[in-house]
Amino acid sequence: MPSLLHSLASPARFQRISAHVFPWAAVLATGLIGCGLVWALVFVPPDYQQGDTVRVMYVHVPAAWMSMFCYAVMAVLSVSFLIWKHALADLAARASAPIGAAFTTVALITGSLWGKPTWGTYWEWDARLTSVLVLFFLYLGHMALSNAFDDRERGGRAAAILAVVGAINLPIIKFSVEWWNTLHQPASVLRMDGPTIHSSMLWPLLVMAAGFTAFYVVLLLIRIRSELMARRIEVLQRHRAAEGA
Amino acid sequence: MAAFLDMGGYAATVWPSYGVTAVILIGLLVFSLRQLAKRREQLDALEAERERSRNP
Repeated sequence: MPSLLHSLASPARFQRISAHVFPWAAVLATGLIGCGLVWALVFVPPDYQQGDTVRVMYVHVPAAWMSMFCYAVMAVLSVSFLIWKHALADLAARASAPIGAAFTTVALITGSLWGKPTWGTYWEWDARLTSVLVLFFLYLGHMALSNAFDDRERGGRAAAILAVVGAINLPIIKFSVEWWNTLHQPASVLRMDGPTIHSSMLWPLLVMAAGFTAFYVVLLLIRIRSELMARRIEVLQRHRAAEGA
Repeated sequence: MAAFLDMGGYAATVWPSYGVTAVILIGLLVFSLRQLAKRREQLDALEAERERSRNP
């Protein structure tokens, strides 16, 4: 992992790799999400207990997975920034936070919409829901901290520390449904003894999850490119100010 | 078609879920692309200005 990060750390190399990856990710995201939508909304059978509300799962679960995956990536990038001072890792972490916040918002809102007819409530302060809400606030905290200092690097460091410390929330989210008696159901796909969900529902879920992952890559590459430009703009503006003085 | 839109009586659960997902994810994509375009414009202007000041 460190060597991969080292090799990606040069902005020029990042731009080269990104130019190759971007079109593939965009095509994959469009194709997989398109297929997944038709599959989930038209061809998947209604659940014998949940009826058609089960279709919410095809956006809720991939969004929830991505909300955690995105945070894990952000935490690794933050470690890399704190230890090796890779500027690109800081930019990528800054680029990641709004994406993670968006996926977490989707997971929270769709879960809430599904909860009303299924549980009889939009919200319950159970361990899973609460820990995901904490994840959302961690993303907001990261966004606020990274821009809270005039010195960009200080902001980046403070946000990176928050991201690393906050990573403790990931196992709490994952295992909350086992450690506590939650209203939220336990895992039915990522289990030690294999998925308990029927293949007619599992496959479209996996297609949608792959599509969301590709979409995450698309967003991340656009936002890192944008962050690189923001940094360059700052440097040029500082030069201009120095020359003017 | 009406049966499809009705979603077995759960239209008010299913469609808003897909709608919110689309609005948030496509919204972030559009926002990010606009921000990128704006920064590119700003950067081009700054670099052109720098070029001019170097070779007047």
